[in-house]
Amino acid sequence: MPATPAPATPKHATETDAPEMLTGAEAVVRTLELLGVTDVFGLPGGAILPVYDPLMDTSKIRHILVRHEQGAGHAAEGYATAGAKVGVAIATSGPGATNLVTAIADAHMDSVPLLAITGQVFSTLMGTDAFQEADIVGITMPITKHSFLVKDAAEIPATLAAAYHIASTGRPGPVLVDITKDAQQNTAPFVWPPKIDLPGYRPVTKAHGKQIVAAAQLIAEAKKPVLYVGGGIIRSQSSRELVALAEATGAPVVTTLMARGAFPDSHPQHLGMPGMHGTVPAVLALQEADLLVSLGARFDDRVTGKAAMFAPRAKVVHVDIDPAEISKIRTADVPIVGDLKDVLVDLLAAFQDAKGTTPPDYSAWWSYLEGLRSEFPLGYTRTSDGLLSPQHVIQRIGELSGPESVYAAGVGQHQMWAAQFIKYERPNSWLNSGGAGTMGYAVPAAMGAKVAEPQRTVWAIDGDGCFQMTNQELATCVINNIPIKVAIINNSSLGMVRQWQTLFYNGRYSNTDLNTGHQTMRVPDFVKLAEAYGCLGIRVEREDQVDAAIELALETNDRPVVIDFVVSADAMVWPMVPQGVSNSYIQYARDHSPSWDDDLSETGRDDESPLPTVTGGNE
Amino acid sequence: MSHVLSLLVEDKPGLLTRVAGLFARRGFNIESLAVGPTEISGLSRITVVVDVEDLPLEQVTKQLNKLINVIKIVELDPGQSVQREHMLIKVRADNTTRSQILEAVNLFRAKVVDVTSDALVIEVTGDTAKTQALLRVLEPYGIRELAQSGLLAMGRGAKSITERVPVAKS
Repeated sequence: MPATPAPATPKHATETDAPEMLTGAEAVVRTLELLGVTDVFGLPGGAILPVYDPLMDTSKIRHILVRHEQGAGHAAEGYATAGAKVGVAIATSGPGATNLVTAIADAHMDSVPLLAITGQVFSTLMGTDAFQEADIVGITMPITKHSFLVKDAAEIPATLAAAYHIASTGRPGPVLVDITKDAQQNTAPFVWPPKIDLPGYRPVTKAHGKQIVAAAQLIAEAKKPVLYVGGGIIRSQSSRELVALAEATGAPVVTTLMARGAFPDSHPQHLGMPGMHGTVPAVLALQEADLLVSLGARFDDRVTGKAAMFAPRAKVVHVDIDPAEISKIRTADVPIVGDLKDVLVDLLAAFQDAKGTTPPDYSAWWSYLEGLRSEFPLGYTRTSDGLLSPQHVIQRIGELSGPESVYAAGVGQHQMWAAQFIKYERPNSWLNSGGAGTMGYAVPAAMGAKVAEPQRTVWAIDGDGCFQMTNQELATCVINNIPIKVAIINNSSLGMVRQWQTLFYNGRYSNTDLNTGHQTMRVPDFVKLAEAYGCLGIRVEREDQVDAAIELALETNDRPVVIDFVVSADAMVWPMVPQGVSNSYIQYARDHSPSWDDDLSETGRDDESPLPTVTGGNE
Repeated sequence: MSHVLSLLVEDKPGLLTRVAGLFARRGFNIESLAVGPTEISGLSRITVVVDVEDLPLEQVTKQLNKLINVIKIVELDPGQSVQREHMLIKVRADNTTRSQILEAVNLFRAKVVDVTSDALVIEVTGDTAKTQALLRVLEPYGIRELAQSGLLAMGRGAKSITERVPVAKS
């Protein structure tokens, strides 16, 4: 998130001598208006009822009534991620608030600027196990960037403004504001702009000059550098600065699951996604590098594999706005705390100085990487059971919809395929639940994205398992005219779990069959379900129907579209690094690993040793 | 290895839960904890003793710094700081042992704060080594009850933890 001028003073702020008297509820709505909030997602209930009354009168804020509070939370996340702004979700006390918990945790893991507003029981009833009472501040303490409990109407403007500021600045994240019903009902002077007093919150944005110079020096001296790009590039809106640095250095780039779109997939320096299901060139570039320049990434275990064996010979430059990420997993040789938007500019300037007249020569490195690229391109084998290949479906959705569209995925195989086979050219076009791995994210997130970016085509690439967790928001989409498109990659099972059962549990498919696909009872029948909601429902079972169905979906904008792509349950996500081992053990396909002249897994080789030569397959 | 951290924090509801919860969920063990107000109204000071190696300690400090209500964290080196804990010890004492116990109390510059025919309550202040030493001396007489504060610590010299703290005085 850029340094959003937090509680900006809007021009129309009243500047009379005696401040207007407002109820706390009116103050909530007025504050949101003044903060520039135009859309909120929520569902009312007893303890938040006062706020819903003035909400009915505002012309500046569109409230979208969801069918489940989790949907409000993910919609706010999708809104925030696609639109690069703060998402707002509103719920009542008790179960309303606890239904937000999954979305809040999700936003916490993926640094999504989310403002969650919950009603709380009367302050006089708190602590008595009152009806619909839950200590939501306590419950969400470990999964929020910060939280507030407001019992006094007078504190509402300042608290909401502070929450908005915290959510959107530094490393973004979810902030919860819990407001008691009496605070909503009581009256207080409305003072704007409010005084925000956060002495303990001062995110560092400008990096230390010395460290920048040290980092530039390392880049200039490296033989085998990799720019390891994480979601921080997207949150800081610094894709352009990244491209400038990448092109000036000529270093290869990998984009993590959270960073898909941060650097154009079409760019020749882009090696793809690293990690458990990353491309062979991206994974092995990191393994073989002598320098990692980590830009807003956090060395997640799904990227590093066994962390002790990750990139064993690389020095590390680690740039992050959150100091706690630096050296958390991997000790950084050059730690840089700052906002990437500024750091990248400074780093580029310092690199130009450091390289002098002789730019670094990465040609040996590139010829090695090009070899990997041609030997191990991203691909898939067609299924043998006559059913659709899920990868083909997803690839065609991307090709026919183009890079200006937005793609939100659920969690599992379809998510990985959507990360692999859709080509992303711009930031904020790829939405997914990366850290938390929340099934059910896609439909509500796509809904939120469509509200933020109504002119764009928005796809939810979902699984049959994920879809059944949150598809009730199709009602919200239909009624509020939010025409998203949902592609259910229906393999009739919890596909990723099934894949692990295939690979690691001898094909014992314990509780992963969902009976939604080919030759099953089809419970539910997704086409009928779509129609029941008032969506256009399409079923696709043959490859020659794929393009026509996608094209029909792209042409249909008067209601949401749900396509039930009945795909093979046997398709698996490749490449894959098995959990808990070195990334050097990446498998290109089942039992098919790149083989090496020497054992890559040992870490003892010195920096000067030649690159291993790669031959296809295991001989 | 034990480290003494001094946290300057805003005195807000739930603050202690935030700090304690952070230690718990990140798997760090708190050895002792002391909380109280400071010379600036609205600010409290938490002294935490935590048993971690240096690298995880850096992680603890960084995570604590991310808590919005934590204003400042200082690690207090034992050589550069004064460290004290406070203890109340109820020890069995009858006519045959009382004088020996009182002798120990005097040697340790401790104080007797309650006397009955069969027990004494002793108050002692000092660093951990001193309080533990007194405990060992008293142990043979029979310790009935023990209450102990968390460690308090403060840097030596004129500097203050609250210097240059951006607090809006209201």
